[in-house]
Amino acid sequence: MTRPTGEKPVWTRKHLLRLAELSREEILFILDTAESFKEVSTRSVKKVPALRGRVVVNMFFEESTRTRMSFTLAAQRLSADVIDFSAKVSSTTKGESLRDTARNIEAMGVDIMIVRHSAAGAPLLLTEAVDCCIINAGDGQHAHPTQALLDLFTIREIKGRIEGLNVAIVGDIAHSRVARSNLQGLLKLGASLTLVGPPTLVPRNFEQLGARVVHDFDAILPEMDVINMLRIQRERITSNVFPSVREYVQLFGMNRQRHARCKPDVLIMHPGPVNRGVELAADIADGPSSSILRQVTNGLAVRMAVLFLCQQAASATPGGT
Amino acid sequence: MKTTLEQMARQIAAAVPRDRPVAVVGIRRRGEVLAGRLMPLLEQAGAPPEHHGALDITLYRDDLTAIGPNAVVRKTEIDFDVTDTWLVLVDDVLYTGRSVRAALDALIDLGRPMAIRLAVLVDRGRRELPIQPDFVGLTIKTEADSNINVKLQEVDGIDEVELE
Repeated sequence: MTRPTGEKPVWTRKHLLRLAELSREEILFILDTAESFKEVSTRSVKKVPALRGRVVVNMFFEESTRTRMSFTLAAQRLSADVIDFSAKVSSTTKGESLRDTARNIEAMGVDIMIVRHSAAGAPLLLTEAVDCCIINAGDGQHAHPTQALLDLFTIREIKGRIEGLNVAIVGDIAHSRVARSNLQGLLKLGASLTLVGPPTLVPRNFEQLGARVVHDFDAILPEMDVINMLRIQRERITSNVFPSVREYVQLFGMNRQRHARCKPDVLIMHPGPVNRGVELAADIADGPSSSILRQVTNGLAVRMAVLFLCQQAASATPGGT
Repeated sequence: MKTTLEQMARQIAAAVPRDRPVAVVGIRRRGEVLAGRLMPLLEQAGAPPEHHGALDITLYRDDLTAIGPNAVVRKTEIDFDVTDTWLVLVDDVLYTGRSVRAALDALIDLGRPMAIRLAVLVDRGRRELPIQPDFVGLTIKTEADSNINVKLQEVDGIDEVELE
């Protein structure tokens, strides 16, 4: 379908860098488009010709399995050709070499670059270096927009709405790009957001962004509609901002006892991969409240929508936003 | 418009095979509305279809690059297996034939119908592809620079066919 003439298109961005710059309307438009794409994966031929002849490159400067696979499959379901580039970059070769690498790859005739990098702002830097679409697949501690979008999609799909829901994000908020992107999206869509974790990992200054900061997980359990348990990153466990694993599990782990104090229809989310027995007990991760696998399935539809929308915006506005 | 649709329903009912499940699928958006209206009319005409669905062809268009951000992807809602059905594809206006080409590709990705037939409210001619309708409400000869607008109560608040 096309929009009636005279009406302004909602989505005109060729890049997706972060949710902070998107309007509520733009976020909802991606979610609505993703709903249409979800149906494609249920067909006998799980493929549509929308990106036929387009080339998508995965540029992952940081390890990832599921995000990379999800983007690859999303691009393939849109009939794009997908190539993989992977590199571990030393800190001395950042900047200049990232730009050069991207320009060289673009010269092969690439339409969309999916970029993951340990440095915040790397995807933004690339938008200035190349002409193709840039999709941020996670940059440093800054943003992971497609993860947040698939979380929003899953909440809306299961709960029927986002506005007015009590949502908690639990874990290492300070170092998490998933938390930052979720925060932007949830607040824009009118959820009431609580960030939970030890003071070293959940600083008070997050309150300035419009979220509530709480250090006592047990106190807020009964009021929550959605609880998103972040993965505890191994490298943090050895640092001095982190309590012992035992203490963390005792205070902030989701287990059967805590789950019993939640609303009966509470939704337990996790961006994966799960550290079973740390942030999430195995029986909760596999239980009926958990949406972990649903999130993975929805990630595909959301990424198809993002690839399609950015490519459509690029095809009409060469060099546009 | 009611009379025209009744007449189309009678034509379709006369052609329906008795030994196959019949499905009526409308192209979003006005074809979908017309398909919905044809359902009870087909029942009255003695050929109640087993299935009813809506098809969004946006992802199959051959002008995606040209329409850019004006493309809006809606849901395809076909919750039955199209394989071995006798499927009537419904649209409001048949013009270049490009939408129907896209719809045929989309349908074939869903399965293998026993047959696909094309029903359109208005055939305005000027085809660019070798596609012809099986059931036609109105045939209007038009110039390339003229426009046919089908307006439907459910979408536009009024039933009319307008020639510009």
